[in-house]
Amino acid sequence: MGIMFYLIAAITLAGALAAMTLKHLVHAALAVTVAFAGLALFFLNLDAQFAGFAQILVYIGAVAILVVFAILLTRGSELPKDGVFSRTWFVGLPVAAGIFAVLGWAVIASSKALPSDAPTPAVNVHDIGVALVGRYVLPLEILALLLTAATIGAVMVALHEKERAK
Amino acid sequence: MLGEGILKGMAETARNFAGSYVSKERLTTVEYPEQRIPTVENARVFPFLVYDGPDSQSGLRCVACQICEKECPPKCIFIDKSADKKPDYVGKPQFYPAKFDIDISVCMSCQICVEVCPFEAIKMDTQFELATDDRFGGLLLDREQLAKSNEYYHSIHPTEATEVDSRLAEEKAKAEAKATAAADAAAAKAAAASTPKPNPPAAGGD
Amino acid sequence: MATSPVVENLSTNLDQIFIITRDWLTHFLPAAWRPAVDVVLSVVVIVCVFPGLFALTTVFERKGLGRIQNRLGPNRTGPFGFFQPIADGIKSLTKEDIVPASADGVLHFLAPVILVVAVFMGFAVLPMGRNMVLVDMDAGLLFFFAMGASTELSVFMAGWSSRNKYSLLGAMRAIAQMISYEVVLLLSSVSVVMITGSLRLTKIVDAQNQYSYGLPHWYIFTPWGLAAFIMYAIAATAETNRSPFDLPEGESELVAGYHTEYSGFKFALFFLGEYLAMFSISGLGTTLFLGGWSAPLEVFNVVPSWIWFFGKVMMSIFVFIWMRGTLPRLRQDQLMNFAWKFVLPFTLLDLLVTAMWRFMGEGWLRWVVSTAILAGAYVLMGRVSMYRQHFAPRKYRYAD
Repeated sequence: MGIMFYLIAAITLAGALAAMTLKHLVHAALAVTVAFAGLALFFLNLDAQFAGFAQILVYIGAVAILVVFAILLTRGSELPKDGVFSRTWFVGLPVAAGIFAVLGWAVIASSKALPSDAPTPAVNVHDIGVALVGRYVLPLEILALLLTAATIGAVMVALHEKERAK
Repeated sequence: MLGEGILKGMAETARNFAGSYVSKERLTTVEYPEQRIPTVENARVFPFLVYDGPDSQSGLRCVACQICEKECPPKCIFIDKSADKKPDYVGKPQFYPAKFDIDISVCMSCQICVEVCPFEAIKMDTQFELATDDRFGGLLLDREQLAKSNEYYHSIHPTEATEVDSRLAEEKAKAEAKATAAADAAAAKAAAASTPKPNPPAAGGD
Repeated sequence: MATSPVVENLSTNLDQIFIITRDWLTHFLPAAWRPAVDVVLSVVVIVCVFPGLFALTTVFERKGLGRIQNRLGPNRTGPFGFFQPIADGIKSLTKEDIVPASADGVLHFLAPVILVVAVFMGFAVLPMGRNMVLVDMDAGLLFFFAMGASTELSVFMAGWSSRNKYSLLGAMRAIAQMISYEVVLLLSSVSVVMITGSLRLTKIVDAQNQYSYGLPHWYIFTPWGLAAFIMYAIAATAETNRSPFDLPEGESELVAGYHTEYSGFKFALFFLGEYLAMFSISGLGTTLFLGGWSAPLEVFNVVPSWIWFFGKVMMSIFVFIWMRGTLPRLRQDQLMNFAWKFVLPFTLLDLLVTAMWRFMGEGWLRWVVSTAILAGAYVLMGRVSMYRQHFAPRKYRYAD
């Protein structure tokens, strides 16, 4: 665990905090990209190469670009007039505490079941591939259907707008 | 078929690339100033004054008639006539230019001065590397700078110069013939006048 | 191959010369430090060699383009102009670095930095010779594409932080182009992964480093490999914003696209980043399709493997330069139509053909069937897309 974990955690938390508190929306989007990179570093630290690089490829290469395009194509780059914190911020405190409690309980309860000094299994890409088309083929196909539906939906929305623009 | 045009284009550029190492027509660059394209005979840049013989001032063909000064469209020629006269190539006494300046920053190389000169005195030069950093007179050429020999004229415009020379020689010959005839006639007249003749009708008939 | 032991020994030593040098340099140090110093030395070599190649490429490009266009390239600085990159470097370093007053200072500064860093990371997984890969990662190909995707972010940062309409437009176009062709890039390399069965680049090269009847098993010599290579080459040209897909940075369009507001060294960094991206994508194409560091015929294995790798990469660069001198620029909509309506369907078909190749088993039948399907589809798609286009000289109708 050691020093790397705390370093990466610091980067991720700094990115997330900056994303919440920065006024400028594009700066906030880039700060959340830093948080994504921090998550990718976590995966790499745990030797999960495939997950880490897929995180970079998908989140930083596609999701972050999508977020900034969305900000730019709508008029979201204007600065908010009365700050980034809402006036009823104290309502968020019990909600956040509740979520944290649930997550913490889940993690601690599961860590009791796992032996803490077992060697981490060495998973390579081949094993992931075999698992995806063997055991997890149903979720894979459902995801594929979902992506196809999303693509067709996007094309239809664009087509519809184009016809209306005509 | 799709992609055929691209392949044909790539073959053409490859031919250009390889050909530029072997043939002159696929590499037309002339690396100025180490290499130069030879000037064409009819090239013209700025005017110069022709002189015959060894001396650049006494052999100047220009007689300061000032026709070129009047005809020049941007008025870049400035001539001052001399006070005295000197004989020209046929022997007739003519004026000569005491000052003949051309401002080549104004000259537009139209060659009108050459076309109207009756004495074949001003012709077009082919030198173009005349840039100077003297802003105040570097491009105002005076009579000494403009005078160039007939041999130089032959070297830059051989056909024209030969033709001009033959024409001038012809006129000189005609003038000389006329002068000889006139001298003969004058001598004959003088001889007839000085010696009294026995038969007056014969003397009056000549 | 019956070469004498002396020749074999010499060629092996030459082949491994960089490894031998590195081991000799580090054997003075205690064993605990050796892995770290190994890696640092290799990184230093990469950081020196590839920008040096970049300098050489700029001269080759200018002289090559000049010869294609019936003129000489630069030939005044140094013999045949080969010191021109030094002059360019001095110019870039001494130019004033102008940052527009309303520009976003931090992002404006970070954009070229992120571009160059992301591109340099891509070199870490390329096998440049036998045993000469910096990090032999299990998911090496995925790492390469992940780093390539990060360059899009830097393009956006550059275009947006300049607060300039033209920069932003250029950046939008560049990102749209890069995203579209990224799909094609990945799909064409999936064919290779399917046949090899691994994402590890050294394993892909080893799979191609076999010879039958003296000819190598490079993937480009198979029908599906040739089709995938052509699609990969098109996508690589578009990813690196290279002619004919260089509208985002077209010098005669949009001023200079997303790097309009950059001057001096930052512009030089963008330029460096673009050429390094060209090298790394050519390097990956070489690894995937042209056999990486393996020699074309078995007899040529006496020549060191890194010479073959760099030779193939430089050949790809020459083809890039050749294409630049030949083809006119594509308009943005033509570019995108080409990607989504021709290249992507063809790449998907190629995936199917690759799968069919894999499951048909050895023999001549799979060659015939694959070639027939791919050639037929190509001709059909060509005819369909050119159906209504008339490219004859224009005829005019005059009013009487």
